[in-house]
Amino acid sequence: MNDLLNVSSSPHVRGKATTRSIMYDVLIALLPATAFSVYRFGLYPLAIVLVSMLAAVLTEYLYEKGTKRRVTIADGSAAVTGLLLALNLPSTIPLWIPVLGSVFAILVVKQLFGGIGQNFMNPALAARCFLLISFTGRMTTFSVDSVTGATPLAVLKSGGQVDIVSMLIGNTGGTIGEISTIAVLVGAVYLLARKVISWLIPVSYIGTFVVCLVLFGGHGLDVNFILGHLCGGGLMLGAWFMATDYVTTPITKNGKIVFGVLIGVLTCVFRLFGGSAGGVSYAIILGNLCVPLIEKVTMPKAFGWEGKQS
Amino acid sequence: MSFATFRGGVHPFDGKELSKDKPVLKVLPKGELVYPMSQHIGAPARPVVKAGDHVLVGQIIGEAGGFVSANVVSSVSGTVKKIEPRLLPNGNVVESVIVENDKEYQAVEGMGTKRDCTKMTKEEIRQAIKDAGIVGMGGAGFPTHVKLTPKDDKAIDYVIVNGAECEPYLTSDYRMMLEEPQKVIGGLKAMLQLFENAKGVIGIENNKPDAIEKMTALVKDEPRIEVCPMKVKYPQGAERNLIYAVTGRKLTSRKLPADVGCVVSNTDSVIAIYMAVCENTPLMRRIVTVTGDAIRDPRNFNVLTGTSYAELVEEAGGFTCEPAKVISGGPMMGFALTVLDVPVTKTSSALLCLSHDEVTEQEETACIRCGRCGEVCPSHLVPQKMMEACEQYDLEAFEKLYGMECYECGSCTYTCPAKRPLTQAFKQARKAVMDNRRKQQAAAK
Repeated sequence: MNDLLNVSSSPHVRGKATTRSIMYDVLIALLPATAFSVYRFGLYPLAIVLVSMLAAVLTEYLYEKGTKRRVTIADGSAAVTGLLLALNLPSTIPLWIPVLGSVFAILVVKQLFGGIGQNFMNPALAARCFLLISFTGRMTTFSVDSVTGATPLAVLKSGGQVDIVSMLIGNTGGTIGEISTIAVLVGAVYLLARKVISWLIPVSYIGTFVVCLVLFGGHGLDVNFILGHLCGGGLMLGAWFMATDYVTTPITKNGKIVFGVLIGVLTCVFRLFGGSAGGVSYAIILGNLCVPLIEKVTMPKAFGWEGKQS
Repeated sequence: MSFATFRGGVHPFDGKELSKDKPVLKVLPKGELVYPMSQHIGAPARPVVKAGDHVLVGQIIGEAGGFVSANVVSSVSGTVKKIEPRLLPNGNVVESVIVENDKEYQAVEGMGTKRDCTKMTKEEIRQAIKDAGIVGMGGAGFPTHVKLTPKDDKAIDYVIVNGAECEPYLTSDYRMMLEEPQKVIGGLKAMLQLFENAKGVIGIENNKPDAIEKMTALVKDEPRIEVCPMKVKYPQGAERNLIYAVTGRKLTSRKLPADVGCVVSNTDSVIAIYMAVCENTPLMRRIVTVTGDAIRDPRNFNVLTGTSYAELVEEAGGFTCEPAKVISGGPMMGFALTVLDVPVTKTSSALLCLSHDEVTEQEETACIRCGRCGEVCPSHLVPQKMMEACEQYDLEAFEKLYGMECYECGSCTYTCPAKRPLTQAFKQARKAVMDNRRKQQAAAK
């Protein structure tokens, strides 16, 4: 038996979590939001979701085959990107748009920068912004029950009141994944319970956003205004699912808080002073770009070195 | 109730069920005995016997080769066969004295005579510990008499007995706390005699409630000793975490426990101190847990040092299946063995035989920067960044990231979802940094 023993340096045991199990957890957590949009808008959003995921996975497969790299589609990260992108699209978008977006997300943002773990921006959000700039009209037309109307954020911007209950449930206009705040939060609770994400970024993000809104929103402590902003414009989807993306957010604890504060301020600036009603996507990808800098200034001191010059 | 603990750490499968209820069984060696001259940190011992010499139980066969060094004692009587390099569990090949056992177990004169340690002077106690060749038996093997000789005895205010036994599968310390608790307390009392201002604390993880109960009952009339129940978490028993949990003081790689007023000793070492001081018996046995799912009858053994691991496997009923991995020590910090025929040393705590190897079964993938490694690091490091430095062979960056504060507990590697060999890379980088420092020091001279 002696020459058959495995030898390696310690530790000799490994935890259960794998990259794949984490990605699958994210997919599971996005199920309620996806299912709700199907319930709300019928089967067409499901087609968008499936086409988007398929395009993302296929792009990754073809690129890795073509460049003779290890094929990583089984880890589920491409599927997560495809799904997140789809959830950020209007429910009536023609199917070629998610295909284009997914190819852009995987090929340009993820693979050309070195594949999983190396992308400098959240691929799904980068692709969404790319689509938003290229096809502004198509990307910002939301219809509820075949009636095209203003989104809650546009209503708020023009000084109107919104119906918070229907925003919580999902009776308003918006992208596939963002309409039901409750469905998004159910997924967020799942991710927190499974310890896939920590609360640091979402809480510092949402907290900062609310503070800025109260200070500069011009409505003071108007509950309808604040809740409307929190439930609308994909803020919850962004805070819990995209601002918590591992690769493009700081790895340090303090860095996570700084990142949350930064994108909270940015989102508020974009929403209050920007041309469009939204701003979550732009805030997060701009935050992504600051991550190396944030990490540099928030590196923790080793145990016992606190307050000491190294 | 809240238990003393530290920030970070992991909860691996603990596997202690296999052997925790098995009383310690004394086994005698069948074959030759191998006594490596270096079973400790510091200078190797010098052999003071030669081939053909007759040795007795308890006879010093290797003399400490310096201040930071330890004696090596024969655990059997018999004839020295030869002195030659032999393989150790940790992979080192070390000059070893090989003794043919005559199975008479004739002891040196005076061994085993009871002494009252309260009537001994500090010097006598330290000398007894030094002569006995006691080292830290938790794994590091730091010579105990050195640890017990700080600059100022009065500055020590904590003597901590490490009964955490946080490594999965290990139950030897637990069994000894249940079976011979008075020896643990006796050893601690002998140490407390050296440090008049110190309080004795026995730190035990709360997955051993019966040991906590037993110890607490025994020390209830000891004003200077108390039991500190600790949270179950790996690596609770690491020196820095233990000191922090018990005293709130923080130790770094640049300090010794004595610098923060602490002396820490492993349970089995404390028992060895008791036997050396109060029973005039040197360190020549070790409690070893032989366990794992590839072992037919997992057990705790009282083994003479120098016995081959192969004999222990036999004593435990042999293998149930072809083992994939055999480890000397626990699964988090132990050494994988290439062969079973290596000797039990002073620092051997367990022989763990696993039917499958989680390391080779899992494929390494790219880092996804999830940050779990940093969350579990008991030294509050960011292993992900350290790994980047290692991959670029940038030792300067590695040091800047406090790489030398890593004590290789393995928590980051355990928790990494991408199954990256972080600890392994850090071990190499730390060795390289230390080598460079040594070279610079040599060049400066």
